[in-house]
Amino acid sequence: MSPLSAPSNVITAGAGLLDEALAAQAVPTTPVDWRPPLPGTAEALVKVLADPRRQAANELAARRLTSARPYLVGVRRASEVLPSGTFLHAGPPITWERASGPMRGALIGAMLLEGLAGDEHDAAVGLAAGEIALRPCHEHASVGPMAGVVSPSMWMFEVRDEEHGGTAYCSLNEGLGKVLRYGAYGPEVLDRLRWMDTVLGPALAATLERTGPIDLRSLIAQALQMGDELHNRNRAATSLLLRELAPAVVESAPARAAEVLRFINGNDHFFLNAGMAAAKVSTDAARDIPGSTMVVAMARNGTDFGVQVSGLGGRWFTGPAGVPDGLYLGSYGPEDANPDIGDSTITETSGLGGFAMAASPAIVRFVGGEVADAVRATRSMYEITLAEHPAYQIPGLGFRGTPVGIDVTLVARTGLLPVVNTGIAGRVAGTGQVGAGLVKPPAEAFTSALLALSGAVSDPFE
Amino acid sequence: MSTEAVLVRKGAYYDSVQLMRVSRALADTPGVEAAMVAMATDLNVTVIRDLGFTVPEAGPGDLLIAVRAHDTKAAVAEADRQLTTLERPGTATSQPPLTTRSAAARGPADLVLVSVPGEHAFCEAHDAVLAGLPVMIFSDGVPVAQERWLKELAEERDVLVMGPDCGTASIGGVGLGFANVLSPGPVGVVAASGTGAQQVTSLLDWAGAGVSHILGVGGRDLSAEVGGLSTLRALRMLDEDPATDLIVLISKPPAPEVARLVEEAVAGLRTPVMSALLPTDLTEAAEQALRVLGRSVPEWPSWPGALREASGKTLKGIYAGGTLSLEAAAVAGQGDFVDYGDDAYTRGRAHPMIDPTLRVEALSRAGGTDVVLMDVVLGHGADPDPAASLVPAIAHTPAAVVVSLVGTLGDPQDLHRQAAALRAAGAAVFVSNAQAARHARSLV
Repeated sequence: MSPLSAPSNVITAGAGLLDEALAAQAVPTTPVDWRPPLPGTAEALVKVLADPRRQAANELAARRLTSARPYLVGVRRASEVLPSGTFLHAGPPITWERASGPMRGALIGAMLLEGLAGDEHDAAVGLAAGEIALRPCHEHASVGPMAGVVSPSMWMFEVRDEEHGGTAYCSLNEGLGKVLRYGAYGPEVLDRLRWMDTVLGPALAATLERTGPIDLRSLIAQALQMGDELHNRNRAATSLLLRELAPAVVESAPARAAEVLRFINGNDHFFLNAGMAAAKVSTDAARDIPGSTMVVAMARNGTDFGVQVSGLGGRWFTGPAGVPDGLYLGSYGPEDANPDIGDSTITETSGLGGFAMAASPAIVRFVGGEVADAVRATRSMYEITLAEHPAYQIPGLGFRGTPVGIDVTLVARTGLLPVVNTGIAGRVAGTGQVGAGLVKPPAEAFTSALLALSGAVSDPFE
Repeated sequence: MSTEAVLVRKGAYYDSVQLMRVSRALADTPGVEAAMVAMATDLNVTVIRDLGFTVPEAGPGDLLIAVRAHDTKAAVAEADRQLTTLERPGTATSQPPLTTRSAAARGPADLVLVSVPGEHAFCEAHDAVLAGLPVMIFSDGVPVAQERWLKELAEERDVLVMGPDCGTASIGGVGLGFANVLSPGPVGVVAASGTGAQQVTSLLDWAGAGVSHILGVGGRDLSAEVGGLSTLRALRMLDEDPATDLIVLISKPPAPEVARLVEEAVAGLRTPVMSALLPTDLTEAAEQALRVLGRSVPEWPSWPGALREASGKTLKGIYAGGTLSLEAAAVAGQGDFVDYGDDAYTRGRAHPMIDPTLRVEALSRAGGTDVVLMDVVLGHGADPDPAASLVPAIAHTPAAVVVSLVGTLGDPQDLHRQAAALRAAGAAVFVSNAQAARHARSLV
């Protein structure tokens, strides 16, 4: 287009009056619903936007994230993955002292499961004395839902990115209700974990050897079209995975097949953990790109909400974890809720979960509202993301790709925070799940990451 | 019998264009006498008070619903119904773009107009340039280093950056910012001054010469720091434009090294270039352009004022246009001039071309021995009826008032009606700012 022909449509950012002046001349406009950026970010935004590396770095980061091809290749006992004397946990680093109820409960459960303590009290004393090193899952190529506690005798999904070669792990899902990941550590919780160690893990290992790698990118894409958003709803994905696994389970563990299949079938969230490992391996592919402002991890430990950014290596940027807003089970209410917890926000980081809400009308009431709210949530996330996922599509939006690749500069500019779906853990250790809903990440996790990006570039205006 | 209601909705934010439509729809509802639904900015609160409402305490982040109707309850319910329609997703109001980046990704736009506060303008303009779109930055207060940086990026991406602090532009007949309605014609303008360009082009319009395009470049473009990047690009663009036979460059004298670059560029163009270096007599510049085009110079219209004793001692200039103020001061050679369009007077307040308050106050302070000289600038973007707010003040002041009325017959305010109203209030009115300044001097 020659710049000196009359504009056919003008983007107007700012004074409505000037937009109206164009309307008075019958010139169509695209008005920007502009608002001031988050407080304290104006200077950093200018500096970071002017970083000459940024645009190409973000294009590369988004391309790597969306081109990852995660395959479920096996399950492994965590003892093969973990450093000795170490438990993994969800979210950014945390000490026993700062750990919330459900995080403490899960750590106590892991001590009991591993035979490192005789009872709850000994377990707490041992943990407080630092007998076990506590490290974030994210630092060991892993993710874990809710408390995300991983100890040596737990089994983990192993997911490989066939495009970029990365590997990621996530524990096996125990089901709903009183479970370790929600901080419960009663006898039924430990019995189930022992059964998973001795029966489920080995059976799945043999099964996956028989099936060969299972294409999770394709499975997730199908599940989205069947009404899952892959965080709070995994019913379709679990069914699809079960269909892939069932014949091989029967062949490789005929004596245990019924109980294994019944366990998987009885838990609509069985796929969540495999999906989280797929999300982790995809976001890891986009790490460590100098100049990139794209978020590669969002994770909560029940106390802090943490963010990692591609261009800032392994640094965590945190703010206080909020209490989710949602539906409560039975007689539980908001006063029973622990602040937000878990690595499952890796689904949102990879363009699923809350970002794909429009795909999942079945659960909109569970997470606060009408179908229109779900559509609005997904639509709004395009405003803070760099790309649309080429494979993960939403039928109700005309098969538009899900919004993916959160850009901290866009979060600061728009003031829009990522929409996160989540389960809600009870605040008292040992309670378990009390509900599910939506949670608002703390803005300072994103603004402090932006300030760090700004501090890492030389002043472009000198 | 009508009653009134003014409600404050704390923290409810809506786009001003949407609210304008809600206000209009509400005002058209049977039984509603007056209605305005608007964010409680100073400007809007003033407007609502002007409608005769008592406005409770509210901030710019709050929504005001003001109605005067036979049934205020029903009217407020109707306002809420209209607002809910705006909120409902999946309708025409589905997710609006929140950044220029997002708006550009949606497709059809081929130009960006940025008027956010200066400290935030870089982000939006940067989005535009990265998307390969020409951008006009109306905002002022953008640091010069950011301006330089944006214009260097624009060189790489081959797009034009107009501004920052670019008050007017016109491309292919579409006016941007404060823009007079101009007939198409052979004169292309490169302007580092908004009101300077408005004066020259409106006079050319009066003379029947017409204008092809006005490309604003911002007041600092020809400084040593910025290096004239936009001016040089604008000159090349107008040179390649088949509708442009003469280029008029309006700016302050460039920095010496930039002047050399401009001279070299001009020497390489096929189209003749005429410079008007500020402060200068802009009427003379328009007349010179007419002579170059081989056209005759008309008598510039003026409307002498009502009979008021011409016994002033002090000339007071109260201007909305910075360049017009400088021109008038230079032509008059005396007096105290204040440019109410300057940054110092526009922080947290609309430009005096929109908001008359400060100049109305200045008029009320003028005494019987003063001669007040002021500009009234018409066109899109400007006050839809500037005479309405100025006339009472002019009628009341004991001072002699001379108005420079910058505009064209096509402007939406109806220039003849404005001139008649100002004159009836006692002002002498001139379409030439230089002639207005000379007249004012003659009264002192």
